[in-house]
Amino acid sequence: MKLHEYQSKDLFSKFGVPVTPGEVASDAEGALRAAQALGGKVVVKAQVLMGGRGKAGGVKLFDRPEDAAAFAGELIGKRLTSVQNPTGMVVEKVLVAQQIEIAEEYYVSILLDRAEQKLVVMCSKEGGMEIEEVAARDPQAIARLVVNPIWGVEDFEIRSLARRAKLPTNVVRQFVPMVKSLVKAYIESDAELIEVNPFALTTDGKLIAADAKVSIDDNSQFRHPEFRETADDAAENPLEAEAARQGIAYVHLGGDIGIIGNGAGLVMCSIDEVSAAGGKPANFLDVGGGAKADRVEKCVRLVLSDPNVKGLLINIFGGITRGEEVAHGILEAFEHLDVSIPVVARIEGTGAQEALNLLSGSKIVGATTMQEAAQRIVALAGA
Amino acid sequence: MGRSATDLARYPEPVAILVDENTRVVVSGMTGSEGTFHTRQMLEYGTKVVAGVTPGKGGTEHLGLPVFDSMEEAVTATSPNAGLVFVPAPFAKDAVLECAAAGLPFVTLITEGIPILDSVTMMNRLRSEGRTRLLGGNCAGIISPSKCKMGIMPGHIFAEGPVGLVSRSGTLTYEIVWELTRTGLGQTTCVGIGGDPVPGTRFLEVLEMFEADPATTSVVMVGEIGGTDEEAAAEFIKTMKKPVVGFISGRTAPPGKRMGHAGAIVSGSKGTAQSKVDALREAGATVADTPSEIPKLVAASLAASV
Repeated sequence: MKLHEYQSKDLFSKFGVPVTPGEVASDAEGALRAAQALGGKVVVKAQVLMGGRGKAGGVKLFDRPEDAAAFAGELIGKRLTSVQNPTGMVVEKVLVAQQIEIAEEYYVSILLDRAEQKLVVMCSKEGGMEIEEVAARDPQAIARLVVNPIWGVEDFEIRSLARRAKLPTNVVRQFVPMVKSLVKAYIESDAELIEVNPFALTTDGKLIAADAKVSIDDNSQFRHPEFRETADDAAENPLEAEAARQGIAYVHLGGDIGIIGNGAGLVMCSIDEVSAAGGKPANFLDVGGGAKADRVEKCVRLVLSDPNVKGLLINIFGGITRGEEVAHGILEAFEHLDVSIPVVARIEGTGAQEALNLLSGSKIVGATTMQEAAQRIVALAGA
Repeated sequence: MGRSATDLARYPEPVAILVDENTRVVVSGMTGSEGTFHTRQMLEYGTKVVAGVTPGKGGTEHLGLPVFDSMEEAVTATSPNAGLVFVPAPFAKDAVLECAAAGLPFVTLITEGIPILDSVTMMNRLRSEGRTRLLGGNCAGIISPSKCKMGIMPGHIFAEGPVGLVSRSGTLTYEIVWELTRTGLGQTTCVGIGGDPVPGTRFLEVLEMFEADPATTSVVMVGEIGGTDEEAAAEFIKTMKKPVVGFISGRTAPPGKRMGHAGAIVSGSKGTAQSKVDALREAGATVADTPSEIPKLVAASLAASV
């Protein structure tokens, strides 16, 4: 779950990491009051959870509070689109932050190092740009510090990180406690990612988190009631938001072939097969283990509520879940729903023969292998 | 880089790896609905389940087995040598570390949805203590056909034979095993390492065990997008004498999207299917394009290695 910049900065403040002074506003009047309170020279930043927000026109500097308020008024309610997110997102809130005079920009992030099975703090002297670009151009420019969360991190390790990243020595005194606090925030909030880009050194020599990106581990929600409200608007797509409400594992992919299967690996594989057959998968949907008729119906309903879907592939491996039970579920779902698009159901494993017998009277098309099922649905949906 | 070959000397070397007919299983969370259902299935399969642990239910009996309040009591009274954990995600770390503290050398964690930080903490502690191997979480478990089923997989699709299988996915494994079994290719052991980003046991370690296991003559490795464990395993495949057939799912998954499994995510340029397929091919493994190709490729690899 991604947090908005203002939420991320609130979190930083809670852990004692200095951020640019700012206030969140949800209308022009709020933005005006915030801009006036902050001394007039402000930056207005759209609070949308997507990359490329600056290039999309969601960030602007103003010298007068009235102009900042006018821009905020325009921005709120508007849909911003970017290269990273062509569908775009509607701006509901803006962050009004004080302009700061930046002398230098650094980069700091904390994330999981899967290979080490520990945390890693990454630091670079070259802040303000995409870290992937820095990594591609000059991997040496990024220094790493591996942290075992059981032990935490010591000052000398952060000093070593700063030295390896070639940060100026006069910055290190401020840098050490801030990184220590960020590691603490990461662990105590069950974060997946904390990114400060840029970590700004102001012309008067202060180190400040000028931007903040925080993502919280979804699996930790049960012990973080403080993020519960955030979870609601964190989904990047309305269908994903609806799926989350219904407890369905759904990922929107934007194509026109709906895909339902059981088990993440099998569904991913079905998506690959549909793509290999020349189709464009609309979604990933895992019905989960032991799905019963009502569950299958809910899942079918969700996938078909995507107006782009022109065909549906159902791929089930019957194990402990019996194939004929799933077939019953599909039939019941179709009895309640008016389905006019082609549907291919491939059911293998336990109860496969019984399932095929059940489905044989319906207009649902069968298939033996996953590959064949994928080819069929792509052909039928294209016709 | 996880545990190396030298650490593996701590674990016994059975024919079939990790579990066999001498495995005595204690189930943590046996009295819950998942635990009850799957323990019954395991007993029917012939697995030697010896006890269950549920705090507060000590002294009772469930499915004809004694239930204890603590793992320590269960270990003292019934001498298990493997633990199987079904407890809900918020309690999974506690249950696994309790198994380790009670001295169990092998623990399988089925539970899905464990916070990443819990997995990291758990793995670092287990590694520093150095006496317990964890398999999972978010996995289907492990089975040595006809000997021991310790997990939630449908037992009847497996058959004894020479193929070792290791996979991050449950149902995709069933799919592949079903085709292997129908083609007459049985399995020594099928190991589900799970779909989490911080798995207890990784591909590399299982490949090392299969390479050392006299009964395994060919290996199937089923990976997916996310992380670099497949690439790390490929380094070891270069040195293996036994043939490896690989398969990677998620080849068309978009970057930044989590595909069902917590660990199945391409982050930036890391963890792509292409990088894994390339690494496996470079290491000399055969990589299948579709699961139904696997039995044919395994049969060919067996014929070539005779």
